[in-house]
Amino acid sequence: MKKRSLLQRLIGAPYVLWAAIFIVVPLFIVAYYTFTDADGGLTLENLKSLTEAEYRKSFRLSILYSLAATVISLVIAYPFAYVMSRKRERTQKIMMVLVMLPLWMSLLILTYSWMNILERNGLVNNLLTSLGVKRLNLIGTPGAVIFGMVYNYIPYMILPIYSVMSKIDPSVLEAAEDLGSGGVSKLYRIILPLSMPGVVSGITMVFVPSVSTFYISQKLGDGKILLIGDMIERQIQAQNNYNVGAALSLVLMVLIVLSMALMKLFAGETDDNLYV
Amino acid sequence: MNQKNIIELKDITVRFDGETVLDHLNLSIRDGEFVTLLGSSGCGKTTTLRIIAGFLEPDEGEVFFGEKNMNGVPAHKREVNTIFQRYALFPHYNVFDNVAYGLKVRHLPKAEIEQRVHEMLRLVNLEGFAKRSVAKLSGGQQQRVAIARALVLKPKVLLLDEPLSALDAKLRKDMQVELRNIQQATGITFIFVTHDQEEALSMSDTVVVMNEGHIQQIGSPEDIYNEPQNAFVADFIGESNILDGVMKEDYKASFSGHTFRCVDKGFEPNEPVDIVVRPEDVDIVPAEKGMLKGIVTSITFLGVHYEIIVDIGGFKWMIQTTDSAAMGDTVGLSIDPDAIHVMKKSKYSGLYGDYSTFSDEMEEMNQMSEELAEEYAGELAEEKEDEE
Repeated sequence: MKKRSLLQRLIGAPYVLWAAIFIVVPLFIVAYYTFTDADGGLTLENLKSLTEAEYRKSFRLSILYSLAATVISLVIAYPFAYVMSRKRERTQKIMMVLVMLPLWMSLLILTYSWMNILERNGLVNNLLTSLGVKRLNLIGTPGAVIFGMVYNYIPYMILPIYSVMSKIDPSVLEAAEDLGSGGVSKLYRIILPLSMPGVVSGITMVFVPSVSTFYISQKLGDGKILLIGDMIERQIQAQNNYNVGAALSLVLMVLIVLSMALMKLFAGETDDNLYV
Repeated sequence: MNQKNIIELKDITVRFDGETVLDHLNLSIRDGEFVTLLGSSGCGKTTTLRIIAGFLEPDEGEVFFGEKNMNGVPAHKREVNTIFQRYALFPHYNVFDNVAYGLKVRHLPKAEIEQRVHEMLRLVNLEGFAKRSVAKLSGGQQQRVAIARALVLKPKVLLLDEPLSALDAKLRKDMQVELRNIQQATGITFIFVTHDQEEALSMSDTVVVMNEGHIQQIGSPEDIYNEPQNAFVADFIGESNILDGVMKEDYKASFSGHTFRCVDKGFEPNEPVDIVVRPEDVDIVPAEKGMLKGIVTSITFLGVHYEIIVDIGGFKWMIQTTDSAAMGDTVGLSIDPDAIHVMKKSKYSGLYGDYSTFSDEMEEMNQMSEELAEEYAGELAEEKEDEE
């Protein structure tokens, strides 16, 4: 590796400082609270308490729902990104703005709006009754929570996939056709492998925020569906129990890092020869 | 080579956004031929190739492979293969898998795939490279992979879209020879697209000169060079002095104020014509012995010969000769009858001028800078007036 010049180091300094204060130090604080009790004595009780049924359930739900949200996002985003990448440049730009639009608004506002739309006297139910259908309980169902995750995070699935798709040379696709590939063969021999890096980062970018969310489940789950994020919030906000909250956070972080490592391993095969 | 037509394009018209790219084009390609579509960018040559490959459907007209109408048949069902301009290799596959692609799509037995791929790699001199990533190959090697990938399918026709344009000059020459050899060894019909006239002349059995969506001339390289059909072809292929002339009678052409003997006939008496004289066919002789007389305005030494520009009555002739002359000399030009080629007037007549400049761009720039200079002089004068 090349030695960095003083200037390069100086340019990097503000971020290094930022990262140290707001990322590294808090990590140590989380670790400290995890392994100590309320009086500051060393203990493993916090971690042990996570095996209680209540916590196990919210870990299970978190992983299940965010996996579902990730899969649904992928199924919707992949064909959309492909179609988008084959459109004319002007159309691509317009579609891009439409995809990005929700990201310009706060997640809190978006989720709150959906709460209004989906509630018993909300837009959807009013529409259903006017069509003569019975009112549905939408809020508080797993469906609503998963929908909220998909709605909020799907741009993060579309963007990386679109980004790699638009870099696929159209003549490579023509070459595949020329050599005898019809649509399906072209998809699984060329498009899928070449877009894999985008799929992997899309999966990561949807799964990670979904698995750690608390706001979406709180509002659209009507407090009935408690994910890990909600558990952490409850420990810290309501019960003032920083130690168990920290233990939950630490386990969640380990979980996320593990799943990212797994994805990286999976993507590693294709990544290498792609970008030399 | 036999005389059977393997591909026939009938009355093909293609429009992009209302702009006509191919205009009622008709072209027949014989089995086993090396055909080159030659023209500058935008002439429709690549579009023609894409229609044959099946990447593009013509707005009007019919495509025949032998007796079979191919309109509406998608690219992957056509028995032609393409070599793309930038090779379009599959970046996620190694050399072997790239070449094996078409065979795998056809679900051939593994042993056969193995054998055919290795045979192909041997043909293109890439035997040891089977496991290499294609991204790590040089341009020339990538080119060979692209050739092997297409030829391994034993297509009846190979389409080549400017395949040599990304290679350096020497490698290009080698690849020209190699492609020609492969074509002759396999007997596959090659349809080769290029904007490089030298490449077209040196490789092809038949050259198709295209411009503005029309075919200008079809013929052997010799025909195209020696007997250009109009001023466009004469100007595009090689260097030429194109003059305005009159065909007095059979075997007598008049231009630049002199009547020459020539070998062309069959024109009306006194029919206005375009005359082509190739620069290498003009001899420089002492002024008193020349058929034409002019003043040398430029001499460039090019190694093999000198390129001399001679001004004759305002028209600048280009002459390529091994005899030297001095700037400002008055010299005579002598032209043999068979060096004079007479063409019918066409819409291209008068478009190609003399050798005051070599390119149209330079001519426009000269004109523009003159105008700007005048404007500037005017401004200066105004400023001066203001000061006073």
